[in-house]
Parts: sequence; C-alpha cells; structure tokens
Amino acid sequence: MSKNRVPAVEGMFRMDFDNPQLIGGRSKATGTYYFPKELSGSDPLAEGSTDREEVLLSTEGTIWSFTTASYPPALPYQITEPFEPFIICAVELEKEQIVVCGQMMPGIDIDDIDVGTKAKLALDVLYEDNETEHIVWKWDLV
Amino acid sequence: MSVAEIAVLGVGMHKWGKFPGKTFVDIGVEAANSALDDSGIGWDEIQFLSGANTVRNGYPGWVSASTFANALGFQGCQIASSYAACASGATALSIARSQILSGICDVALVIGADQVEKGMFAPVPGERPNDVDWLRFRLMGLSNPAYFGMFARRRMALYGDRQDDFAAVKVKNSQHGVNNPNARYAKEFTIDDVNASPVVADPLRLLEICSTSDGGAALVVSSLEYARKKGFKDLVKIAGISTVSPVYPNAIIDMPYFASDSWVSSGDKDHTFKNQIAQHAYKEAGIKPSDLDFAEVYDLSSAYELDWYEHIGLCEKGKARELLHNGDTRIGGKVPVNPSGGLGAFGEAIPAQAIAQVCELTWQLRGEATGRQVENAKVGMSINYGMFGHGSSVIARI
Repeated sequence: MSKNRVPAVEGMFRMDFDNPQLIGGRSKATGTYYFPKELSGSDPLAEGSTDREEVLLSTEGTIWSFTTASYPPALPYQITEPFEPFIICAVELEKEQIVVCGQMMPGIDIDDIDVGTKAKLALDVLYEDNETEHIVWKWDLV
Repeated sequence: MSVAEIAVLGVGMHKWGKFPGKTFVDIGVEAANSALDDSGIGWDEIQFLSGANTVRNGYPGWVSASTFANALGFQGCQIASSYAACASGATALSIARSQILSGICDVALVIGADQVEKGMFAPVPGERPNDVDWLRFRLMGLSNPAYFGMFARRRMALYGDRQDDFAAVKVKNSQHGVNNPNARYAKEFTIDDVNASPVVADPLRLLEICSTSDGGAALVVSSLEYARKKGFKDLVKIAGISTVSPVYPNAIIDMPYFASDSWVSSGDKDHTFKNQIAQHAYKEAGIKPSDLDFAEVYDLSSAYELDWYEHIGLCEKGKARELLHNGDTRIGGKVPVNPSGGLGAFGEAIPAQAIAQVCELTWQLRGEATGRQVENAKVGMSINYGMFGHGSSVIARI
C-alpha cells in the first residue's frame, strides 16, 4: 500500500506532482514578489501585510548558484540513513526577479549544472516514516 | 555626518579554541580582567557594562551583562545585555558609546564570550515552522556553509575565480595568524593542505570554512575627556560604528533566508546589505575606503573574504582576486586584510568575534601587534554581518 503524502510545510507550494508551483506573495502597491508569502523581507513602500496577495510563482528559471551538502545538515533536517550528499541550488525567476533555493532532485550530477543552467520546479520526498512521505519542492533540470 | 569619538583604554582576549572545562563566564571574565589590566582602570571604577549575549549557554547567556557583572562582583553599575547574532559585539559597543556620548557614563566595559558544542551551528530546537532559520534546515538542509559555497560558485561564474584563489586566502590568513597568541590554529597551511581536506560545500573544503569556537574578548572604552584626565596619550579612538539594518530589497540572498528579496520594484539586482554596512561606518568616520591602512573582515569562508574586499570598497567587483595575488592584502602590502589571521585562524565565537576584531584594530594602531604588525597603521576597519539583518562595522584610528 502506498504511503500517505503530506507537504513538509503548509502553504508554500501546491501539492500537485504533475504541476507543482510555489505559493508566493505579491504587493498590490509596488508589484514586488515575496517567497514565502510571509516570513520574507518586507517592502516599506507596501502597505502592511494586507497588501500581500497570494500568487503562484513561475516554475522555471536559471541557476543563480549552487553548492553541495557533503556532510549531514543539523536538526531539524531529517536524515535518512545512510546519508547521501545532495546539491542545493538557488534559482532565479525572471518574471518575479527573485532567487529561490531548494535541493536539486537526486541523481543529478554536479558536472551537469552551472550558473545559468535552466531549472524547473519538481516535488519529491524530503523524508518519510512508516506511514507518511513528507513532500517538499526541489529543482530539476529542464 | 561625523559622529563624536570615544577612546579605547584597554583591550583583552581569551584565546580561541575548545575549552570544555570552562564556562563562557570564565572565558569572558578572563578577557575582561585582561582588558581592565591593560587599561589600568579598576572594575570598581567601571560605570557601565555592556554584554554581548550567547544564545547557546542557557539563561545566563541571555542576560550576559548581569552574569558578567556578578562574576566580577556586583558593584552596582548600569548594565545592558544585547543579542544581534554575529553583530552582537558591535551592538554592545554601540550601546556603550551611546551611554558615553550622552554623558550618562564616562567609562564602560564591553564583554562577549562563548562556549559551544563541536560541529555546525544548528537552529534553536523545537518545532518552529514560522521561523525561516528553522525552515531552511528542515526543508532543504541549507546550513551556513551552503551559503558560503553558493557565494563562492557565484564568484567563479561571474569573475572567473578558481578554487585555488579561495585556498590562497586561507593560506594567507594562516600565515598571519601563526604569529597571534590568541588564534586557535598556530599552523601555516599550504594550498596542498587545503586541497587535501574534504569538500564540505562545493567548491569549499573543510579548511576553508571557519569552525565554531570558544573565545572571549573585552574592551574598556571611555569619553575622550575621561581618557585625557586619566593621563592617556596617543589615544586609539572609535570614529565610526555601523549597526544598520538592510534597505529593501536585498537582492543577494543571505542567511537565514531561502529566497532573496525581489528586485522588481528597485530594478537593482546587485543591491546587497553588505555594501550598506561599510558605507554607514565610512559616513560616521568621515573617511573613504582609500583612507584605510588595514581591515579585519569576517572570513566565515575563504571565498567570503574576497566578497568583503568588494563590499568595503577596497576594489571594484570582481577584482578581489587581483588584490589578493598582488599581495596587497598581505601584511606588508598596500592594505593588509585580517592581519590577526581572521576567522580562518580563529574560528568563530559569535558574541566575542566583533569585539575581538576591535581588539586587533587597537593592537595594530598602538603598534603592539608583535609578529603581525601593519607598518604605520593609523586607520583600520572591522566588518561583519549579523544573521537576519544586523550590520556590524567599526572604524578606529589613532
């Protein structure tokens, strides 16, 4: 029987494996974008939190930079033993003019990516327990 | 704008390293006593104590000023405890300066000390999905070295920097730090040593990423009038302190955020808070980058030091590598950077680090930095960044 799938965090992305999208915010006053919708930097020219409308962010962009987590990150990162090093990248979205980080999908070789490489949003398992898979966004090659 | 100056009467440090038998209080008190001895001012004469907090040592660390005052012996002076992540020391100093310049006190003691577990810094425990510092670890394992790795890769792509350029920073700082009795690592590393250490956050290796450390530092500061009355000559003066917050939008991603601000409204995709930090310090001191004789910058990683050359205006963007390889930032060069050895030789003791930077500025300006002295140093700057948006920079001169 397949496991129950839940988002690892509420309200930051659409739980749709075929058409995943990040949920951000947009200022009606200045047009600036936020990700996440809350908890990000705040535009002093925008008129408080009621000014932020929910928007879905572009699903493709270019890699702004990247690195590896070659050692296990600290808690609250949930490590699946044995630890497999992974790639983290920051992707620049052209329309929103914002850079969003995420892990890269497993199996991608670091030699196949560079600053400027195109990337698209994907969903994947972040960690799992006996009954549940906790899902998060990751970046994939186009 | 030019802000009135205060005097540095005494500086003191406890060596950086791992001291599991000591508490942060022991370490801070040793540094404080050493600063008091250096100044010749007694603890009973101190009118204000400014403590830089540690958040890794329970309640006593969150009220560091009363903790240190009690350890030194409660004598009734006014106190303040502050926390601003890596900027805590500069914040504590700026509070002491405000007390002095407002005339509330004449002489103050500033102390920061830390004692930490081995390994990478981790967020405060618990389930806290409304805290980006917690979320960055939970959702993607975005630890501090990952930011350093991304900054380094960005330099490689934009400016053609190579991994060996970064390693050369570590080599330089280890050559500086080998002559500093307070540094943790008394060893000169070679490029081969760096390249033999394991990759932590591509392209950066273990020897290029600063380690978490125990350490303590303290300053005795006063009004210029008090210093003169006490007979001090050739005063080291604090000419500028920057504790600015960012101007939105910060287009360059930084700890602990996992997205940048959008530059849709500003149109400036290069705006970074780190430039602002230095600009404010220059403004207060009424000087420009070319007036600096040396600088202490926050080399959390080897590549990060190169970013700072550009943020503080020692060179244009992309030219830091040239400065490094010309020898300009080495002791004996045009503008030595991290003559103390920097975090590469020290590691990081969060609330003590910005205070330690001011200790080094003072020793250099007094000509007392034995084995690592910058010749004829008259003006120096220290700089770092406190997570979530706390600026930290100090300009001192003699």
